Amino acid sequence: MDRTPRLLTILALLAVVVLACLPQFAERYTIQLLTRIMTMAILAMSLGLLVSGVGLVSLGHAAFFGLGAYVLALASPANEAASVWWALPLVIGASALAALVIGALAVRTSGIYFIMLTLAFGQMLFYLFHDAKFAGGSDGRYLNFRPAVEFMGQEILTLNDRPTLFYVSLALMVLTYLAIGMMLRAPFGRAILGIRVNEPRMKALGYNTNRYKLTAFVIAGAIAGIAGFLYATQYRAVNPALFGWRESGLVLMMVILGGLRSRLGPVIGAFALVLVEELFQALTDHWLMAMGVFVIVVVLLLPDGLAGLFDRKRDAAEADDG
Amino acid sequence: MDPLFVALQILNGIQYGLLLFLIASGLTLVFGILQVINLAHGSFYMIGAYLAFWLTARTGSLWTAIAIGLPLALVLGLIVERVMIRLLYARDHLTQVLLTYGLILVFNEAQRLLFGNDVHGVAAPEIFAGSIRLTDTLSYPIYRLAVSGVCLALVLVMYLVIQKTRLGMHIRAGAVDRETVQLLGINIQALSTFVFAAGAGLAALAGMIAAPLSSVYPGIGEHILIICFVVVVIGGIGSIKGAFIAALLVGLADTFGKVLIPEFSSVTVYAVMAVILLWRPQGLFGRA
Repeated sequence: MDRTPRLLTILALLAVVVLACLPQFAERYTIQLLTRIMTMAILAMSLGLLVSGVGLVSLGHAAFFGLGAYVLALASPANEAASVWWALPLVIGASALAALVIGALAVRTSGIYFIMLTLAFGQMLFYLFHDAKFAGGSDGRYLNFRPAVEFMGQEILTLNDRPTLFYVSLALMVLTYLAIGMMLRAPFGRAILGIRVNEPRMKALGYNTNRYKLTAFVIAGAIAGIAGFLYATQYRAVNPALFGWRESGLVLMMVILGGLRSRLGPVIGAFALVLVEELFQALTDHWLMAMGVFVIVVVLLLPDGLAGLFDRKRDAAEADDG
Repeated sequence: MDPLFVALQILNGIQYGLLLFLIASGLTLVFGILQVINLAHGSFYMIGAYLAFWLTARTGSLWTAIAIGLPLALVLGLIVERVMIRLLYARDHLTQVLLTYGLILVFNEAQRLLFGNDVHGVAAPEIFAGSIRLTDTLSYPIYRLAVSGVCLALVLVMYLVIQKTRLGMHIRAGAVDRETVQLLGINIQALSTFVFAAGAGLAALAGMIAAPLSSVYPGIGEHILIICFVVVVIGGIGSIKGAFIAALLVGLADTFGKVLIPEFSSVTVYAVMAVILLWRPQGLFGRA
């Protein structure tokens, strides 16, 4: 599935180098914005695994993002920092478990049903946390202390430090990218790509396709949980809107905007969409209108996303897909 | 629990269910015939509610508001189908989801530009004002009964149109096999436009008659949209009969959820959906 043009790969490597140097001279605002974008890129990559990897379009993916953020906020003690060594596994476990339960129902369906089911379950979690008193209702909750990264009683990373959090996000983004790449090259990845192209054939070959789809759904949910963990750590606050379908739609938009043919697509999409959003917000109070028009125009005019702009061999590739 | 109280809750549940059916029927038909997933369907409900608020404030009567607003909504549905939805027939669901998602953002922001963020109320027509007193503490608003009556009448009309007329036959056939219907010389394009506009009109009408029951507020369309998705999924995509039964089921589940487990009332509907889908993944009347 990966048709990342070489030029794009080189540009991406350059971008990582530039990002790594950035905290030396960039302003506080830029660092914060880029940290958020990289968090969204991780989230978008996890959804990209479902959409372009397995061919499952989820409109409720923000649910696992929100859950990750909430689990960290709720599990952290009020008077001291949570240790990342138990908090992160807890967040990953909770998101994966939620994805297992929702996925077990959802992967039995496909097409429109799958879209609507994921949307409905995402909204269910939204309302659950929106109405729950223990989670702060519609106001959400604050995280009093950012998680501590300690080793042998020594603090090795201070997440309170803005550049450090930036580097952690950058590292996690690159790691997620590499991990998903490895997964797609492994037999598991070949199998889910096969399911996307022709599920009945994979079934006929003896694959339990539902189990593969469910596994991919759980992995995507767990990665989304990690993104939620980063979000809660950065903003030290969570609210029910993180679960909402509007968030899910935006993440889906990032995946499409970047382009489904390249594994870099979701990352490009996350950068492009958040920057466009920032631009519109700076220009007008009614930026959501501009976003809506932007979404419509992109969907109609750029079926292959931004990564497709770099790909001159597109027609040949299409003939390949047959 | 007091049997009278339970009876009133059943009435409430049925009324809500009937209202949901008006919206969900359009949604399920658009899936069935146009094979388009329309996230912006809830926007027509919102547009109806705001038209009711705005026109009632201008003309002083909900009747006039509906008489002016309904044709407006139908025309808007027609335009949206001609300009936007038509482009989506050949595209995949992913494109449809995103394009109609973009439409929601545009409609919502247009609402905010025109009417702001305030919550508004709409007065019920005078002949339906007041309520029936049942005991010292219990009473039932007449307007709710009127809404149920109007919805039931519309359900009956829809049933007659779909089951007993040639147009209805074309719609039913279109939901089963679009290509064959086209091959038989029926103008499926015109049929699609009609179904979409009618669905938009029904959703807007639902928004108008529901406006006096609940307030009119930003985001009103999104809430109802998700619930209607649940209805369509439970009933089976493309099935009007399924949508009807599912709408009543969801209406009752939601109403009793609010009474019995107020803490988690918003989750009851989804729990019902989960149980039904465990049993039948394609919905009650869906084709697998």
